[in-house]
Amino acid sequence: MNAKHTQKSWSDAVFDYCNYAILTFAMLLVLYPLYFVLIASVSDPTLVSGGKVWLWPQGFRWTGYEAVFGNSAIMTGFRNSLMYVVIGTAINLVLTLPAAYSLSRKDLKGRGIFTFYLVVTMFFGGGLIPTYMLVKDLGMLNTIWAMVIPGAVSVWNIIICRTFFQSTLPTELLEAAIVDGCTNKRFFFSIVIPLSTPLIAVMVLFCAVGYWNSYFSALIYLKDHDLYPLQMILREILVQNSLDTSMIKDRALLEERQHLSELIKYAVIIVASVPVLILYPFLQKYFVKGIMIGSIKG
Amino acid sequence: MKQSVVTRLAASEPSDQLVIKKRSRVAETWTYVKRNYDLYLFILPVLVYFAIFHYIPMYGVQLAFRDYNPIDGILGSKWVGLEYFERFFNSAYFWTIIKNTVVISLYSLLIGFPAPLILALLLNQLPSQKYKRFIQTVTYAPHFISVVVIVGILMVFLSPSTGIVNTMITFFGGEPINFMAKPKLFSTLYVFSDIWQTAGWGAIIYLAALAAISPELHEAAMIDGATKLQRIRHIDIPGIMPTVIILLILSLGGVMSLGFEKVYLMQNQLNVSSSEIIATYVYKVGLQNGDFSFSTAVGLFNTVINFVLLVIVNRFAKRVSEHSLW
Repeated sequence: MNAKHTQKSWSDAVFDYCNYAILTFAMLLVLYPLYFVLIASVSDPTLVSGGKVWLWPQGFRWTGYEAVFGNSAIMTGFRNSLMYVVIGTAINLVLTLPAAYSLSRKDLKGRGIFTFYLVVTMFFGGGLIPTYMLVKDLGMLNTIWAMVIPGAVSVWNIIICRTFFQSTLPTELLEAAIVDGCTNKRFFFSIVIPLSTPLIAVMVLFCAVGYWNSYFSALIYLKDHDLYPLQMILREILVQNSLDTSMIKDRALLEERQHLSELIKYAVIIVASVPVLILYPFLQKYFVKGIMIGSIKG
Repeated sequence: MKQSVVTRLAASEPSDQLVIKKRSRVAETWTYVKRNYDLYLFILPVLVYFAIFHYIPMYGVQLAFRDYNPIDGILGSKWVGLEYFERFFNSAYFWTIIKNTVVISLYSLLIGFPAPLILALLLNQLPSQKYKRFIQTVTYAPHFISVVVIVGILMVFLSPSTGIVNTMITFFGGEPINFMAKPKLFSTLYVFSDIWQTAGWGAIIYLAALAAISPELHEAAMIDGATKLQRIRHIDIPGIMPTVIILLILSLGGVMSLGFEKVYLMQNQLNVSSSEIIATYVYKVGLQNGDFSFSTAVGLFNTVINFVLLVIVNRFAKRVSEHSLW
């Protein structure tokens, strides 16, 4: 018995050490690239490409950020993205929450038909071209509406919200309210919504991040560069490598310019990701709960 | 007039059994709808939205069977039957894009599917709750970074002239590699950057399933002298199997629906032979070349394959494991 016990605790101790080692390694694997981008964005680009920057910034400077904030295309993109996020998220929630509440009511007549009507679209859709033609026919092409309307409601979000309402609102609550003469409308606005803060936080986070990060609708529907969201500008800078050289004020040397363009890439990655990464720790306590509610009973 | 009196009565006094019994089912439904009209108002905008943005495009799918001509419109264009499908099946690209789509998907599934599962199993056994939460917070973070930024980081790191990876390679005496230009490396870069971004987030759902396993099972096993590894193997893994199978069905069913955004960003003239997938092909043919009908046909082909795959996988899973989507 004693021998078995020590063997067991020995095995568990080894397991724990390995576990700590593996997970720490995985954590560093995720964290280090992000950290590297951060220190590279404030370092001397010659030292970065020379492999001298590892743990701390070398040759500290803000020039990358100065160039980013001095660039009108990036700033316009930033403003546009903010606008799409706010309008898009608002439309999204205003449509999704009431509909999901209705579908969560077991007594709703026609519930099965409505659910079927929505779920079918998860498996069948017109695809790219018919959707494009619809947006074109609606006159939304090259307007902000093309950015916020075509993706405004997702079946998945409706299902998550519906499941949340079903599992958190006791039926007794509704019965009591009805006995007191409360209408559905009033019940929804003064009882359901205040009780659903975690859900709303999760939905705001998901929608906002979704709108902030997407570039696909802009790629398809927008022609006008003044309407481009930040991700499209980022695509030009980071992926297509077509940095507008006019953003660089000092054109002393070609090499200098190339180095600065590298620096700008690091800085712009930080500028584009920080708004989202700032939002996320605040909402973190809600979203894990929210996802679980949505997924377990799916 | 009489009818409305009856319904009004029923609405004001639901307990009046006599009146309720006399009503037919239609009248009962009508009363319900009238009394709960606001519930229908809540859902109406979404129903209209789906009619416009999902059902109208579905109707537009007939483009795939017509020779689209902008002047005549969809209905006025000539019906050509399966011509575009035949053209697609016979085209030189057909096998390449099917192969690329399947290879990248299966590769991601093979390596990418177990990654969050293993992460969750290990996290679940971590003795320190604080450290566990910290690792979770860090590994979730990349999920919130945009694809454009992920691909941007990838390209900055792998740049042949200034990237940190090639700096290391040359430091150890190697030749710099132009990673993004090598067709053979495309799927590997795609899959591993994807794991980097999504493994932490994917672990959430398994952690939830693990948390739902009764602690009594673990306690009993510990009293019987089971080690942590044995408990993972005999308690944790069987406990989350239903979740694993459901997620596996979903990902197997999605093998042919590889997303557009990331592949399109990582694609360039040099690696296109292994990076052209169905979604990017549909975009290029349809919106860049303006071949609307052909592009719609390719998209429809993809939708049908996806659905058939999902049904087959689901049926197979039902037979093998008693767990299924429906």
